[in-house]
Amino acid sequence: MRILLVEDDAEVGRFVKKGLQEAGHNVEHATSGRDGLFMAAGESFDLLVLDRMLPGGVDGVRLVETLRGQGNHTPVLFLSALAGVDERVKGLKAGGDDYLVKPFAFAELLARVEALGRRPAVDTPATRLKVADLELDLLSRTVTRGGKKIDIQPREFRLLEHLMRHAGQVVTRTMLLEKVWDYHFDPQTNVIDVHVSRLRQKLDKGFDKPLIHTVRNAGYMIRGEP
Amino acid sequence: MPHTRRRQQHPGPLWRLLSSAGFRFAVLFAAMFLMAGLAFAAVLWWGTAGTLERQTDAAIRADAHALSDRWRDAGQPGLVGAIEERLAVDVEGQTLYRLQDAAGNRITGNLAALPPARPGNSDWYSLTLQHEDGQPGEGRLLVLDLSDGSKLAVGREVGEKQRLRALLTDGLYWAAGAALAFALIGAWLMRRALERRLAPASATAALIAGGDLSPRVPLSLHDDEFDRLGASMNTMLDRIAQLMDGVRGVSDAIAHDLRTPIARARNGLEEALLSGSDDPAELRGAIDRGIADLDNITRVFQAVLRIAEMEAGARRAAFAPFDLAQVLADAAELYGASAEARGQTLDTAWPEALPLTGDRDLLLQVLANLLDNAVKFSPPGSTISLTAVQEPDAVVVRVADEGPGLSVQDRARVGERFFRADTARTTPGSGLGLSLVRAVVQLHGGTLWFADAGGPPDRPGLAVLFRLPASAA
Repeated sequence: MRILLVEDDAEVGRFVKKGLQEAGHNVEHATSGRDGLFMAAGESFDLLVLDRMLPGGVDGVRLVETLRGQGNHTPVLFLSALAGVDERVKGLKAGGDDYLVKPFAFAELLARVEALGRRPAVDTPATRLKVADLELDLLSRTVTRGGKKIDIQPREFRLLEHLMRHAGQVVTRTMLLEKVWDYHFDPQTNVIDVHVSRLRQKLDKGFDKPLIHTVRNAGYMIRGEP
Repeated sequence: MPHTRRRQQHPGPLWRLLSSAGFRFAVLFAAMFLMAGLAFAAVLWWGTAGTLERQTDAAIRADAHALSDRWRDAGQPGLVGAIEERLAVDVEGQTLYRLQDAAGNRITGNLAALPPARPGNSDWYSLTLQHEDGQPGEGRLLVLDLSDGSKLAVGREVGEKQRLRALLTDGLYWAAGAALAFALIGAWLMRRALERRLAPASATAALIAGGDLSPRVPLSLHDDEFDRLGASMNTMLDRIAQLMDGVRGVSDAIAHDLRTPIARARNGLEEALLSGSDDPAELRGAIDRGIADLDNITRVFQAVLRIAEMEAGARRAAFAPFDLAQVLADAAELYGASAEARGQTLDTAWPEALPLTGDRDLLLQVLANLLDNAVKFSPPGSTISLTAVQEPDAVVVRVADEGPGLSVQDRARVGERFFRADTARTTPGSGLGLSLVRAVVQLHGGTLWFADAGGPPDRPGLAVLFRLPASAA
């Protein structure tokens, strides 16, 4: 993916750029809002990673508003030290697609970047999702593996759907909380792990090849190949 | 501007009186009083002096017309007879008559001469008289032109009325003077009263400006405007003190309670560096632990800031109507799995819908913290219950477990930041969970309390209850 990173802190910028490059992305780095806006408006990117507070008279929110005003719908991920709930809402209202608060784990950033950059196109609604021999039917709300129907609860269905829509990508615990449960809070303990392991048991029972994999220090990934 | 400033610093008594709000109020009232007095005097004047004048004029006019009728009926001799008859009847000398021919010679009457003709062509004259006893007098005169060129003047002596008018004027001057004196005394009294009533508030404010936040405005029992001002000042001061405590709490927390985890992270990393180990696995483990410690510090920090943010009432911006029943169901579903994994049962009961206004993320956080505690402190095989009941204007939520419970002393301290009961020292946690719960409940205008869950004496269990008003006011 071609990613534009707008971040004024040299150390954070270097760290994010290096990490994203190592993950195979092509990263351009601007250090002020003005430069960032210039680049974002002039070239084509798959994703923008923006700091909220930027020097140069154009902050992150203004930058996104300007781009959206020009009809540019490149996905935007905010990266900000402004952690208040109002700040988050402000960022998303301005046209941001995701909001990550500093300090952050790089794995979390990478997972969100990949989820945003490879969002399925809106106008092609899939009715069936398939990973290896696991199939999920969105119309009949059923899950089968190797042709055998698996009894699954509604929330587990949504959890599995989210994992399968991002098959081959890391999905973090906070992302699951936000997308599957639709809450922003600190769960204190590993509640998500309990749900994933329960789902995993149902899927893998009677099969020797596990489908949901735990990615150390990051989250989960569903994929067919080990 | 040094001059003015000096004057403001050392004001003279007169300056103080003039610049006081009480004085200005009194002056305002005196002015209004004076206006009312003027209106009253005008009405009085119109009613007495004015009426007398008009009555005199009417009498003169009636008399003059009667005489001119007589002239028309009986000619000059009849008129002369009538005038002389009237003069003879008037013993007090109040009437004035003069009939003169076209050449200006007096035919009859007691008036020596007509006053000079006035501009404006009015028939009415005011004139000064000279009585026989030398006393000056005032007269009012109507002069009619008769058709043969002679002139008839009819008048009345109005000296009595003038004296009445002078009396009235004097009276009004005196009354105005007295009113002014009363207004000044009133101003001085009012200024004193205002100063006395405001003195406690300004003394308190001065003490607070001096740096001591503890004094409060003493209230009288009048429950008047001043008491209300004092009461709102006190409410404001309480709130400020509370916020200051909050800020102090955050800095205390950062100063003391974050030091330990920071020290732990630092020590771990330093130890790994100093050990001189070349084992990559060992170094990686040390770094992993360091990152985990830093993440934990971030979480504690985030929780402290959120509590402070809520205690300042800042999160109300995110308030919206929502259904608590749905949040309860989500919480039960999220934490039910954890309870099940520990062999515990989660019992739930609540009405179909519990409409509330608030922040659903924060309320889920509350339920998450309480359920997390319940799961953590209850033994395997026990039952945890999450229930809610609808009251007329509130919702009461109860989370109960079969754990060791909480002693009455500890209950009072739970909710203080970083407080952990001795029995909980060995369980992981930051001691911030219930502080956050309390802050959220208070942000929603609700109350939080604890009770025994009704288990056996050695394991009474803990019930945490909170009541949220249906509309967060």
